[in-house]
Amino acid sequence: MKNTKFILCLSCVVLSMASCRKDDSFIPEDQEQLPAEPSVELAGFYLLNEANMGSNKSSLDYYDFNSGNYRKNIYSQANPNATLGLGDVGNDIKIYGSRLYVVVNMSDKVEVLAAKTAKRIGQINIPNCRYITFYKSKAYITAYDGYVSVVDTASLKEEKQIAVGKQPEEMAIVGTKLYVANSGGYNYPNYERTVSVIDLNTLSETKRIDVAINLHRLKADQYGDLYVTSRGDYYNIPSNLFVIDTKTDQVKKTFNLAASNIAIDKDEAYLYSVEWNNNTGSNAISYAKINVKDETIISKSFITDGTDQSIVIPYGIAVNPVNSDVYVTDAKDYVSPGTLYCFDKAGKKKFSVTTGDIPAHLVFLNK
Amino acid sequence: MIIKHLAKCGIMHFFIGTSIFWTATLLPNFSWAQTDTTKINQLKDVQINQLRLSKQHLSPTPLQVLSGLELQRLNSLSIADAVRYFSGVQVKDYGGIAGLKTINVRSMGSNHTAVFYDGVQLGNAQNGQVDLGKYTLDNIDELSLTSGQRAELLQPAKAFASASSLFIKTKVPSFNNKLQNFSADVKGGSFGLANVSALYEQKLRKNLALFVNAAFLNANGKYKYRYTNGYYDTTVVRTNADIYSYRLEGGVHGRAGQEGQWYVKVYQYQSERGIPGAIVSNKFDFSQRQWDDNIFVQTHYEHKLSNRYSLSLYAKYANDYTRYNDPTIKSDKGALNNIYKQQEMYFSFANVYRVADPLYFSFSSDYSFQTLDANLEYFAYPSRNTGLFVLAGKYVQKRFEFQANVLATLITEKVKTFSAAGNRVEYTPTTMFSWQPFQTPNFRLKGFYKSIFRMPTFNDLYYTFIGNTNLRPEYTKQYDLGFNYNTHVLAGTLKNFSIQTDVYYNQVKDKIVAVPTLNLFRWTMLNLDAVSIKGLETNIKALWLIDRFELITNLNYTFEKALDVTKTGFTYRNQIPYIPVHSGSFTSSLAYTHYSLNYSFIYTGERYSQKANIPVNYVKPYYTHDVSINANFGKLKNYKVTAEINNLFNQYYDVVLNYPMPGRNFRFTISTKI
Repeated sequence: MKNTKFILCLSCVVLSMASCRKDDSFIPEDQEQLPAEPSVELAGFYLLNEANMGSNKSSLDYYDFNSGNYRKNIYSQANPNATLGLGDVGNDIKIYGSRLYVVVNMSDKVEVLAAKTAKRIGQINIPNCRYITFYKSKAYITAYDGYVSVVDTASLKEEKQIAVGKQPEEMAIVGTKLYVANSGGYNYPNYERTVSVIDLNTLSETKRIDVAINLHRLKADQYGDLYVTSRGDYYNIPSNLFVIDTKTDQVKKTFNLAASNIAIDKDEAYLYSVEWNNNTGSNAISYAKINVKDETIISKSFITDGTDQSIVIPYGIAVNPVNSDVYVTDAKDYVSPGTLYCFDKAGKKKFSVTTGDIPAHLVFLNK
Repeated sequence: MIIKHLAKCGIMHFFIGTSIFWTATLLPNFSWAQTDTTKINQLKDVQINQLRLSKQHLSPTPLQVLSGLELQRLNSLSIADAVRYFSGVQVKDYGGIAGLKTINVRSMGSNHTAVFYDGVQLGNAQNGQVDLGKYTLDNIDELSLTSGQRAELLQPAKAFASASSLFIKTKVPSFNNKLQNFSADVKGGSFGLANVSALYEQKLRKNLALFVNAAFLNANGKYKYRYTNGYYDTTVVRTNADIYSYRLEGGVHGRAGQEGQWYVKVYQYQSERGIPGAIVSNKFDFSQRQWDDNIFVQTHYEHKLSNRYSLSLYAKYANDYTRYNDPTIKSDKGALNNIYKQQEMYFSFANVYRVADPLYFSFSSDYSFQTLDANLEYFAYPSRNTGLFVLAGKYVQKRFEFQANVLATLITEKVKTFSAAGNRVEYTPTTMFSWQPFQTPNFRLKGFYKSIFRMPTFNDLYYTFIGNTNLRPEYTKQYDLGFNYNTHVLAGTLKNFSIQTDVYYNQVKDKIVAVPTLNLFRWTMLNLDAVSIKGLETNIKALWLIDRFELITNLNYTFEKALDVTKTGFTYRNQIPYIPVHSGSFTSSLAYTHYSLNYSFIYTGERYSQKANIPVNYVKPYYTHDVSINANFGKLKNYKVTAEINNLFNQYYDVVLNYPMPGRNFRFTISTKI
């Protein structure tokens, strides 16, 4: 009798308690109306927000050019069944064919989504994966363990690991050659200082081009040149920008210009740099526009209306391949929602929108 | 609106829950025989309770104490578990037995609470944090927490030098016509826990006693946790959460005449543990490990030389070693293997002089020297000299007490490479009062004001890539006003009743925060943030003697608006991360002859995991119910068994986002005292 009463009472407590916590559910997407930018070629763009390490809050935003509708945090609603969501620190995003590939660094995976709906198709497991690129139905993914993983885009199976330098970062393809920027970040102060060259026919590393320490970004222009950035050592050796001629596979120009990230649109390259200055105790932020045809600096800024003053930490950059609008993201303090800015070709702000945490990587979706 | 609803909801359910619980337990008629020892023990409890309440009652600064039996009845393995029952406290708990657990008092941040072990601060110049999970309760006599500072004059300068203090007091040998004491306990239960501890005390001479204490703990740390959003529902076993540790402590306690006492003790703690990481999509297993070896020798001498003059001395040498291994970060030298070595020398001299009957003056001076070595590239190898000097005065009458002091802090630092932070001299004051406004001594008003700072840690200043030697100290200002009501009712069933309530306003300025530089791997430290904290905390205690039953209940509630008021920030006036607006606890213990039944409840309201108070950062409230039963048996009642169920309703929750806490778990203890 006593036990029954006790259990009954306890059940009451349990029941009353259960109603107290919010029901478990995904966090629905959030929408904001921005100016429409109707385009014949482009449907929209995806923005990948990295979010802070360990937070598992990486998220996807989508902007629709026709309607001007900006949808935030779309992954969870599109894929409520995906265990623990998109993951921890999204590091790269690309579209190949009808699929959207999201490299999620700390989740050791590449998410494969339908490009139109962002619905999940599958995933590729690669420890400490960083960047992705494609060639003839194969995906090439850098992994910090010192290799490029070759994955068949039909089966999503890894077919080969091509050894490159330590902690490889961004890649670019010119002709039948894959170029990989090696950083060696885990080996400081003995950083790597080369770009690996991989023959895409034999899938093996054929040579390494000596550039500078701690390489990161690598972008190809339309003239067969590669723009590669060095992070420096954060002490005495500053960040720098180099040009590699892929015909000779040699460095042909050193800009002596700090560069954290670069986006190339036809003859123009846009870049920004964030460098910590120990003397002033603050970040030195700079922007630049380069002509890639004759490799000259056009101007030390591409934002002309003073908006650059309100950007705390530029963290991502992309150029609209059709109308040449420039998109710059602001990661602010890394732990608050960021901002995406859109500038026209003249450097005037068209709009800005609040994003997820650490907005970083942008990819355009064709119609 | 949501906040209000949830708070009401939680508190309401909590009252419903507890009242039902007690109705159910108390209603049935027990028919055990009454013994005389019960009555005696009950009265003893009442007296002890009264004595302690009076200490709390008179304290101008908020003082909360957990001791002896109360501690044993709290379903706690470590000090971290026990301090959750103090009001105004948030314990940052990374889960499991081995996970890091730090205390944050009144939202000022864990670096602002000094933790004292038998009178001497447990230092950590590297990161300023003390992992309270490392300290098990088996040798602990008393835990006390004060906001501001302990209202005493004869204490080391360090006890004046932090925004709040947690005092850990270990057992002091006492002999009742015996020459030896021996006690031991064995614990086992969930997480593959095996914990054995033993204490031996030997009376050497009339005024001299030796003690040796050893504890061994081993656990595989495995437990189930569950994450769901209503669509996916995944239950996984937490791995790489194992721990192996032992603690050895020994020394001598002595008395010097009627008015003097001293001790010398040696302490060693060694452990190896897995470091379970954040549970994120596609990543549930980890391989990071950590080894710790902490050794210290400390001594204390205190003497009341005349009825006007007393002095107190402390000295300590500490040597701490930590090794952290991460096989996932491989370089030419193999897996990442960081070794940190810290050393500290510490001396303290304090003395108090009674000028006239109501007027006392004291002077305390402390000196400490700390060094940090690490096998990191570009490491600075810093060392720090700290001198602390306190001049304090106290005016005390029966109905009124006033204390004031000024603390001078002198710091110099040296590094072997790069440049050191500049020398620093700071002066910070504290004042406090306690006043009995009416005829009845049951009611007292009290309050304090304290300005203090915490120094940037060695990590803040010198950590490779991240450290910033331009950092200034992080300042706090505290304003507190409260009352104590304490009554000793002799008739009726209620024997003691006390309420301690405080409202407070804290300001944190130049808060040291990590800010980004180039990328996610590169941060630096800056004096950036400002926090404004308005809070109320209340603590209600009652002791009932109902026929043959003794019932002790304790209710804590904390309300806190801790707002980010950083002018340059992006989240102005948002509640700072991990601080709930509402939190509280309820504990109760029902004793009958040699049996006791204990129930405790903890509620932590909704919080945000990051600065912005937006849905993606929302962290659900949690509440855990713990129950335990213990019984003394044997001819002399020398043996005791305890069975505990923690998190009775198996609620899955995170204290720190993505670091899951255990669901329902069990623990059994057998202990003996000879």
